Amino acid sequence: MIRLKINGTDREYTGDPQMPLLWYLRDALQLTGSKFGCGMGLCGACTVHVDGEAARSCLAPMQTLNGKQVLTIEGLSANGDNPVQRAWEQENVPQCGYCQAGQIMQAVALLKTKPKPTDRDIDEAMQGNICRCGTYQRIRTAIKKAAGVQA
Amino acid sequence: MTNRIELATRRDFLGTLFSAGALVFAAGAAPAEAEPVQTTWNPSVYLGLDTDGSVIIVAHRSEMGTGIRTSLPMVVADELDADWSRVRVEQAIGDGKYGTQNTDGSCSIRDFYDIMRETGATARLMLQRAAAAQWNVSVAECRAGNHHIVHTPTGRKFNFGELVSAAAKQPMPRKEEIQLKPASEFRYIGKGVPSVDLKGICTGQAVYGFDAHVPGMVFASIERPPVLGGKLKSYNDAEARRIPGVEQVVVIEEAQPPYGFQALGGVAVIANNTWTAAQARKKLKIEWEYGPNAIYDSEQYKKSLLETANKPQRVVRSVGDVDAAFGAAAKIIEANYYTPLLSHAPMEPPAALAEYRGGKVEVWTATQNPQEVQTTVAKALGIQPTGVTCHVTLLGGAFGRKSKPDYVAEAAILSKKVGKPVKISWTREEDIRFDYYHSTSAMYFKAGLDASGKPVAWLQRTVFPPITSTFDDKEQYGSAGELSQGFIDVPFDIPNLRAENGPAQAHLRIGWLRSVANIYHAFGVQSFLDELAHAAGRDCIEYYLAALGAPRQIDFAGQNAKYSNYGKPLSQYPVDTGRLRRVVETVAERSGWANKKSGNGRGWGFAAHRSFLTYVAAVVEVEVDSNGKLRIPRVDLAVDTGAVINPDRVKAQFEGAAVFGASLALMGEITAADGRVQQGNFNNYPVARMNEAPYETHVHLVPNGALPTGAGEPGVPPMAPAIYNAVFAATGKRLRELPFRKQKLA
Repeated sequence: MIRLKINGTDREYTGDPQMPLLWYLRDALQLTGSKFGCGMGLCGACTVHVDGEAARSCLAPMQTLNGKQVLTIEGLSANGDNPVQRAWEQENVPQCGYCQAGQIMQAVALLKTKPKPTDRDIDEAMQGNICRCGTYQRIRTAIKKAAGVQA
Repeated sequence: MTNRIELATRRDFLGTLFSAGALVFAAGAAPAEAEPVQTTWNPSVYLGLDTDGSVIIVAHRSEMGTGIRTSLPMVVADELDADWSRVRVEQAIGDGKYGTQNTDGSCSIRDFYDIMRETGATARLMLQRAAAAQWNVSVAECRAGNHHIVHTPTGRKFNFGELVSAAAKQPMPRKEEIQLKPASEFRYIGKGVPSVDLKGICTGQAVYGFDAHVPGMVFASIERPPVLGGKLKSYNDAEARRIPGVEQVVVIEEAQPPYGFQALGGVAVIANNTWTAAQARKKLKIEWEYGPNAIYDSEQYKKSLLETANKPQRVVRSVGDVDAAFGAAAKIIEANYYTPLLSHAPMEPPAALAEYRGGKVEVWTATQNPQEVQTTVAKALGIQPTGVTCHVTLLGGAFGRKSKPDYVAEAAILSKKVGKPVKISWTREEDIRFDYYHSTSAMYFKAGLDASGKPVAWLQRTVFPPITSTFDDKEQYGSAGELSQGFIDVPFDIPNLRAENGPAQAHLRIGWLRSVANIYHAFGVQSFLDELAHAAGRDCIEYYLAALGAPRQIDFAGQNAKYSNYGKPLSQYPVDTGRLRRVVETVAERSGWANKKSGNGRGWGFAAHRSFLTYVAAVVEVEVDSNGKLRIPRVDLAVDTGAVINPDRVKAQFEGAAVFGASLALMGEITAADGRVQQGNFNNYPVARMNEAPYETHVHLVPNGALPTGAGEPGVPPMAPAIYNAVFAATGKRLRELPFRKQKLA
């Protein structure tokens, strides 16, 4: 039995210990905000926080999560009012939107460690998150806006 | 199921009031007269008004990131004079009554802008007439304004909701009675509103095909024939069935050529979650008979395409006497260009959920074309298209992939076989290996220059396996549509010009991808013109404008050309070199072209291209370091899309196109050996990441009162040639094949 907390709620898991967190979130809990994009940790669409750090849920087997705290996009804020989410809305970042939950979770993690990120910090933190629509320019602007640094 | 996306649920009501056709208005009384409680008045298939004042606008086109689910409803709201905060957008199911729902070809605005305006204006007039009747005044004294009708002389007001019952009894106005707003009174058109999906996306609540869910559904994972046309010889599923959570293993019959949108076939594992289905599939032991396409090798194929391109071929446009002019030219220049296959790789791979019950099927899917889903699924199940209800979710990217509903057919076939709702969600490997690929192409160009360096003769050839081969396996020549994408319509004023097209047999499913044949044709034409400019020792933009000649409209008459102009008449949407000139001049000015000095690993490149009736000019800045690593600090795009309805979303489409175009130019390549695609994920089919994409893209909208044209695709074609022309400017090295990462600069 694996015990973990997801968005503040206690959960117990008894299935295949190899199953990645992403499928537990999506298929068992219907927390579908975290997306499947590659299954190999190459695109970042599945990004959540595990114990406060950005993690690719498509690569995190359930057996590694006993006692962990998982935060998904659904639990990030009460009303979508995290400063990063607000900046995303103000800059009209999303196009199709599919990768954006992962982008937002990654950006929130970045700002926790680097509250005033440089362009290089942003590149380094965000290059694992693919956006096929090509919203990178607005993502960068939104991160700077959320951080209160000059765009 | 999903309560987070509003799905059109008034099907029965709409179905009884309206017959087929996109613009059928209710011609009689409100259903309130026939039924005891009916709170919604539907003056059109696209519009409903409730007695509580809420306005429901139906989005019948698919949302894949363009913002169309907002932009078209916004047009209705503007003409209706509705308060946007009182508008609810509902996504239509697939139904011919909406007109075409095929969200493809960058045509949603150009095909539906007028219809949406008329929809709003018709309802507004009926509300005005209803108010006038109640006040017993003339209609002319009743004006609409922000969700109410005002009697202007007295200031009396009715909210829309208060007028719904009376308006529903008004006779349907004739088209000539409808008055569209003057542009000066637009509230939303030309200004824009935030996307209706913005909040849902930023909070993880937006629902895509991958997220569709109904109680009792099971999950499928399919092992398909690895080579197109391969057949199942035998399989052993004993090990797969032993995995806990696996319910059954079923066979889907292989598709027969031509493949069209058929399910490819294969062996499917059905399990109680996505992961288990995928794991169990790996335990299947299958023997395939690969079939004739197993000979396909993309390296060999490339050689044969180039050989074909270097021989005389079928003429698809001819002006003057090219051969005589070559004989008289002072200088001859020739070049071959090559572009590889590409995969769409939308962030959301194909996914569908189907529930078959009693001879009918309901599907929930990310599709660009729900009516084609009806047709394809009906054929696969042997039922009528009307027996297929297609709910459209948001699309996590599409780029043309999701107008081909083979994956929806898979879900439907499996649901019928297993008697439960079945969800199919492709892995990235399946997405990349079983795509409808953007075609590879080889091109040949030859130009004759006079003593001043001016082009006096131009010969071009293109060879590519055509999209039509997917629907008729005998097809080897380019269709009129593909040849009209930047090839027949080269806009230069050259007195002797000939365009030719040679045959190529397809070994994979070929399909359309964002901007389609414009990608390779713009690459060839715009690179070659740049070569001529350098050969003539002239500035590239100055040379381009000289080649373009005096502003004129090209009519192709007497030129042995079948130019399809994106399905629109040239009288309405001419090929106007004056508009092309204007975007070129704009991009030159806004990028500061005149002051740029290329060299020493830093360079500026230029390209311009008309596609989807839109005119685009690009200037791209590149930096290439001594290891051949390339950076794109800045892109400028000048864009004439005619009238602009939602400027921020138009800009966003071009920002995105700059990234998409840079991605395919720098890294996009699908190869095949033994008939199998060799790539499978973002490690070996890389797409542009933040640090590889253009750092900043400046989109300059060139104001034009003309009819609105395409926005989703036309930003892509000029990117690859502009980047390559910039690489030449930076390094002196002319590259003629995509992608950049496979080329040698030394």
